[in-house]
Amino acid sequence: MQALTNRARTVSKKPMSFMERLYLPAIFKGMAITFSHIFKKQPTIRYPEQKRPFSPVFRGLHVLNRDEEGRENCTACGLCAVACPAEAITMEGAERLPGEENKYREEKYAAKYEINMLRCIFCGLCEEACPKDAIYLSETFTPADFSRKSFIYGKQDLLIPDPKTEPEAFAKARGEHEPTTAKPN
Amino acid sequence: MTLLAIDWILLIEKLVLIAIIVFASLGIALYTTFAERKVAAVLQDRPGPNRAGPFGLLQPFADGLKLIMKEEIIPNTSNKFLFILGPGLAMTAALMSCAVIPWSSHVEMFGRSIDLQVADINIGILYVFGVVSMGVYGIMIGGWASNNKFSLMAALRGASQAISYELAMGLSLIAVLMISGSLSLKTIVEQQMSGHLWNVVYQPLGFIIFFICAMAECNRTPFDLPEAENELNFGYHQEYSSMKLGFYLFAEYVNMIMSSAIMACLFFGGYDIPFLDESTLAPNIAAILGVGALLTKIVIFIFIFMWIRWTIPRFRYDQLMNLGWKKLIPLALVNMLITGAVILYLQK
Repeated sequence: MQALTNRARTVSKKPMSFMERLYLPAIFKGMAITFSHIFKKQPTIRYPEQKRPFSPVFRGLHVLNRDEEGRENCTACGLCAVACPAEAITMEGAERLPGEENKYREEKYAAKYEINMLRCIFCGLCEEACPKDAIYLSETFTPADFSRKSFIYGKQDLLIPDPKTEPEAFAKARGEHEPTTAKPN
Repeated sequence: MTLLAIDWILLIEKLVLIAIIVFASLGIALYTTFAERKVAAVLQDRPGPNRAGPFGLLQPFADGLKLIMKEEIIPNTSNKFLFILGPGLAMTAALMSCAVIPWSSHVEMFGRSIDLQVADINIGILYVFGVVSMGVYGIMIGGWASNNKFSLMAALRGASQAISYELAMGLSLIAVLMISGSLSLKTIVEQQMSGHLWNVVYQPLGFIIFFICAMAECNRTPFDLPEAENELNFGYHQEYSSMKLGFYLFAEYVNMIMSSAIMACLFFGGYDIPFLDESTLAPNIAAILGVGALLTKIVIFIFIFMWIRWTIPRFRYDQLMNLGWKKLIPLALVNMLITGAVILYLQK
């Protein structure tokens, strides 16, 4: 039979030599190898204390964005929900009332905005579809939980902190100080 | 009427000693399980358990608590009495052999000279062998009472393995006994301390055979056929849960400590500190240093046991039997004959 690759080798069936039958030399060789591993560097990342840096294009948990004045960008146009291949996004729009100009950037806003994180496939199509730069995928991932219900993230879970009142939380949510694989420019 | 006078102080002294030794052995065994996981991890470039307490030092207690809290399952079809007896027997046999191990010379306390050995019986090593072979009953009864094909098969394997390797072990031991001329462990150790070199120098082959057989007796890899996870589905303790399983696993570690201690006593001078004449020191200091020396030797042996376990795979059953009957026993016999001949030659 012709071999599929040139790496095929026939199994040697010749009886073991005396040294091989002693077992011990081979065992000592193996023990030397395992002993040398004591001094090798561990590749382990000790997770909660130490985090693996993500790529800047990593698609993680969604964030609903605000502009520099802390107003919500989302206008509840529904393009993200249409673009979503997993049908994970639902929303309800509402009209901005007079006096709410400091809360919502445009006349319409999302009164309810939910993403089912168990359905979401983190493809990032919502981010691409959004004309208002209102939704993007951050560099964190969805934390584990015990119930299905807790994986339906509402607006309060998704909305980024206000950059005016909570600048530190805003910067943290933007992931500006997180370790990254991006090259410093 | 002082025919049956009981030395009460001696009795208390021995009871205290027994309590200390049993709890110390259990404590060391507890941390041996932790060491096993750490050694395995380090040899495989992993950090190992490091969450419970500093450096994971509380891990054995977490494991013990887990085992105790687990549900006790006794299978319907099992023989309930034997099912419970099995792990108890395994543990008892493992702990019993520590009675004759000389932990150190003697301490002088309360005006008495206290031997740091529970019983210096003149057939110490024979006693150890008797007790060790009782450990097979733990495996046999556990496997039989489980009423499970795999457990029974594993028990059969364990029993035949223990019997085959005990032979070679005994034969390699005879050569040591011919040198020392005594079956008492204390005498053997003291001979190695006084001028005499360590027995391993006279009996390197005997030591290797003894070491291999000790590994087989403890059911350690590469001889862990009775509990072969992948072919016998965890072997003789497959049906066990909760602390009864814990006892089986624990007995293995106690066995490991005891066989390390016996190897240290027989071949590596027991509580002898190399290049130091203990008789120049105060007896109490010498005794404490001696305990330290013996414990160090035990720790080194345990590390070697673990090192081997995480290096080489398990033997196939026919290879195991070939090695035991066709290699180790003839080798041990030859070793015995040569030792005898040399002793006879030197006496003339």
